[in-house]
Order: sequence, then structure tokens, then C-alpha cells
Amino acid sequence: MPDKIILQAQDVRRALTRIAHEIVEANRGTEGLLFVGVHSRGVPLAQRLAATIGEFEGVSIPVGALDISLYRDDIAKGAKPVVRRTDIPTDVTDKKVVLIDDVLYTGRSIRAAMDALMDLGRPQCIQLAVLIDRGHRELPIRPDFVGRNLPTSSSEEIAVHLKEIDGRDEVAIVRKEPAAEVRP
Amino acid sequence: MSVTEQERRVVETPIAPPVWRHRHILDVDDFSREEIGLVFVTADAMKDILAREIKKVPTLRGKSLVTLFYEPSTRTRASFELAGKYLSADVVNVSASGSSVEKGESLLDTIHTLEALGAEVIIMRHPQSGAPYLAARNSKCSIVNAGDGWHAHPTQSLLDMYTIREKLGKLEGLRVAIVGDILHSRVARSNMWGLATMGAQVVVCGPPTLLPESFSRAFPVTVERSLERAVAGAHVVMALRLQKERQEKGLLPRIREYVSHYQINRERLAMAEPEALLMHPGPVNEGVEVSSELTRGVQSVIDTQVTNGVAVRMALLYLILGGRRPVARSEDSARPPGPDSSGFRSGEPAEGGRSQ
Repeated sequence: MPDKIILQAQDVRRALTRIAHEIVEANRGTEGLLFVGVHSRGVPLAQRLAATIGEFEGVSIPVGALDISLYRDDIAKGAKPVVRRTDIPTDVTDKKVVLIDDVLYTGRSIRAAMDALMDLGRPQCIQLAVLIDRGHRELPIRPDFVGRNLPTSSSEEIAVHLKEIDGRDEVAIVRKEPAAEVRP
Repeated sequence: MSVTEQERRVVETPIAPPVWRHRHILDVDDFSREEIGLVFVTADAMKDILAREIKKVPTLRGKSLVTLFYEPSTRTRASFELAGKYLSADVVNVSASGSSVEKGESLLDTIHTLEALGAEVIIMRHPQSGAPYLAARNSKCSIVNAGDGWHAHPTQSLLDMYTIREKLGKLEGLRVAIVGDILHSRVARSNMWGLATMGAQVVVCGPPTLLPESFSRAFPVTVERSLERAVAGAHVVMALRLQKERQEKGLLPRIREYVSHYQINRERLAMAEPEALLMHPGPVNEGVEVSSELTRGVQSVIDTQVTNGVAVRMALLYLILGGRRPVARSEDSARPPGPDSSGFRSGEPAEGGRSQ
């Protein structure tokens, strides 16, 4: 079944530009902001948001990368993501941290990301920006900045492609293959 | 460093494919280059945690590890214990002395007891080569070999290779000289396999009683009797501990004679590459394998090896525990009993008994 394309490259760009303005507006400027992208696709999104704000505000917002593998709640259930390096250029304490991820779904990744962040210090606050909010939350977590709300069924998957990683900007809905996994 | 530059590097690192196949860590001889690479990448992230003010992540919360040591150890055991604790696992230490082993409990009975107590990983050191393979075949726990007889010490080899990669940026194409009592060394055996897998060239050097000629046929290495020739052009010089009891068995005439022929000293290290690394798995016999001035010298990475040992062991615990669902009790009855019913292979047949 062919993927259904939801956002083209220019849609992704417009969504990010709008989010960039919303972040500056909501925070009344850029003072104390720190952008933290969640590996993998949150990282280039965070860089793009910082670059966009840099263009119209003339400031440089620090950008970090956060790996949440070691904080996931499904390790015991067999998940074993490759652990990437967490790399945050400044102390998070007293910063207004904007967590940035590509897709918000159950909220469990963001729960893990907040725990990981708290282990590094005590941010003044944590805000959440996502490119796609697809619903189906399992935890009381809501995003502050959203590129596109996309109601989905759980049998679908959202595929976010970004230039830095995948060579093109595009968001598509993919139907999951029926589970081929036959395990004893 | 500019943030963007840093981030770009992070983004461009390709996501390693899911290459991990191991439920136990028995030796590195059945590790692929990709698997060793995955250990390194994971250890990089673990090393960042060690640099934090609060060295603790919740990853292995609720998991139980037991260290079961039938031989003495300081660094390996403490390293595993700390690795487990930094990952929030519960860690219990059992020594052969002071335990029921002294009352005559067999290895397998001890393993089964620890399993019944709820251990998910048993980290064992045993004087008998192959003991961890026996344990792995007969237990639902993951077994980590922390040294078995003369055979293997896989975690030491991985931390040695990790240290070389960290200091020199690569392993491929490097010349590594391993010097000393090769015959009795499980560290040397695991390193010979691991380094060969990673594309390094290994030269081993030692007196004939401690390094039989046959090593060049059994292992992917070159045997060299002259220390000068072995060290010449080496990027890494690794000295092994001289086990004093070997002298008593008549394999060495006198320690002083060993020192005059095989000690790594300033003149001999100077024959290696200019910034060659000096390594030693520890514990060091002061002034025997390596001259005292070099042990703490600028080329020595002995302390780094110890620090990296914790990061590498954290990575390994994550990889073996994160990977698979624990075997559920309810599955036991569903399967016929027998050596293959536990759902994993161990000992990687054909490889198990090769070393001696």
C-alpha cells in the first residue's frame, strides 16, 4: 500500500517557521532558552528551529541532543535501542528548556526525556515542541508547540523524513504490515 | 567547539543496525566486527554518564546481578559491581571462600541456587577453563565470563580495545605487541581474537616456556622471541602480569632474568612508535613486567583501562539485559526438557574447547 504523504518539504518548513515564532512569542524573547532535540530526528529539528530564530532575532540559541534509551520504560519488554550520546552544550539548570521531537504519540518518550533532562540539572521549565501530534496519549503530557495535529489509528505509523538524516523532507502515513512475527 | 558542528557529528553517526546476538558474554571469539563496534558506541554513551555529577541512570532498575568469583579479583569485580549499580541494578557479590562452595556445593548447584534467588545475570570467574560455558548451557541466567582459567577474559579484551580506539582513533592496521606470560594468559587469548577481528596485527613475545611456538598456528598472531623486534614499530605495547607461582613451577629461572630480557623499560618502549600506548591489565608486579617509571609515565594508559572497564561493562550489561525478554516461568512447562529447551545456544560449539 502506498504511503500517504501528509506534509511536503514546504509544509515542514512553514510549520517550523510558525513554531519558531510561537516559541519566541510565548517566552517573550529568547533569554535563557535552550533547545534540546531528542535523538534522532528531534536533533535536526532543534537545529533548524534555532537557525530560524537566529535569522529573525539575530541571536544564537544553544542546541543540545538528548538520548533517552537508558530512561525508557520498555527495556524489560525487549526494547533495545542503540544508545547515542547525550550532548548538551550548557548546564540545564535555570534554563527554559524546549524539548523537541518529531512525533508525539503515547508520551512515554517525552516522560523518559524529562527524566533524562532532570538528571542533568534543574531547568527553570520544560516546554515541548513536536512536528506531529498523532494522539493516543497514555500519559498526562501535552505539547506546547505543534506543527500538525494528525489523528491516526494505532495500526498506522507516521514516517518523518528529514533532509539531514533521510535526504528529503516529508511526512507520510504508513500502514503497518500485519505482524509477521511468529514467536513461540 | 561550535554547537552546530558538534550536533552535525552526532546526527551523521549512522545508526548501527541491530547486530547484537548475544545472551551471554563468554568470549570475544564469536563477536563480529559490527558487534564489537556496537559495544564501543554504547560504551561512549556510558562514559558520558561516568563524567556526570550523579552517576546513575534507571535503565536496569529491578534487575539482579550476582558476581560469583572463585578466584581473587579487585578491579574486575569492583568494575562489574559499579557498572551494575550505575545502571540501577541490584548487585550481590558471592565469593567461593566464605560461601557454600566451601561446604562442597558444585558449580551447577550454586548457579541454580542463584537463579532460584532471582538473579538475571551471573558474572563469574572460575579457575577452570570452560566453566562459564557449562554454566551457560545449564542456566536461564545470562552468564558473563569474568575470566575462566587460561581461556578467556572477554570484558578485559573489549575494554583494552575500547581504550586503544579511544586513544588512537582506530584499531584497523595497528601493530599491537603483547609481551610476557602468554601461555597462562586469558587476557592475551581474548585480545588475540578480538584484535584480529578488528583488523589489528598482533605480535606476541615471551620466553619459550611461557610462549610455545605453536601459538602462531593456533592464533592469528606472529610469535617473536626478541622483545626489541616485537616492540619495533608497535602502536601499542601490552605487558601481561607475570604470575609469580610460575617461577615456582620451574618455568622461569629467576625473576631477575625475566626482567633483563622482557621488562618493558624506557629504552625498549622507545623502539615502538613515538606515542605508542603502554597497557597492562593489572595487577602490576611493581618493577617486573614494566619498569616503575613507565607505569605512571605519559605513555601509560593503565588507569584509563580501569576507568573504561566500567563504561564497557555498563554497555555489555545494557546489551545483554536490554535485548531479550527474561525467560518466563510459565514457558518452562510448555517446553520439553533438554539441553536445547532454554531457547538459546551457548558455548557456540566448535569454538568452546579450542584454546588450550
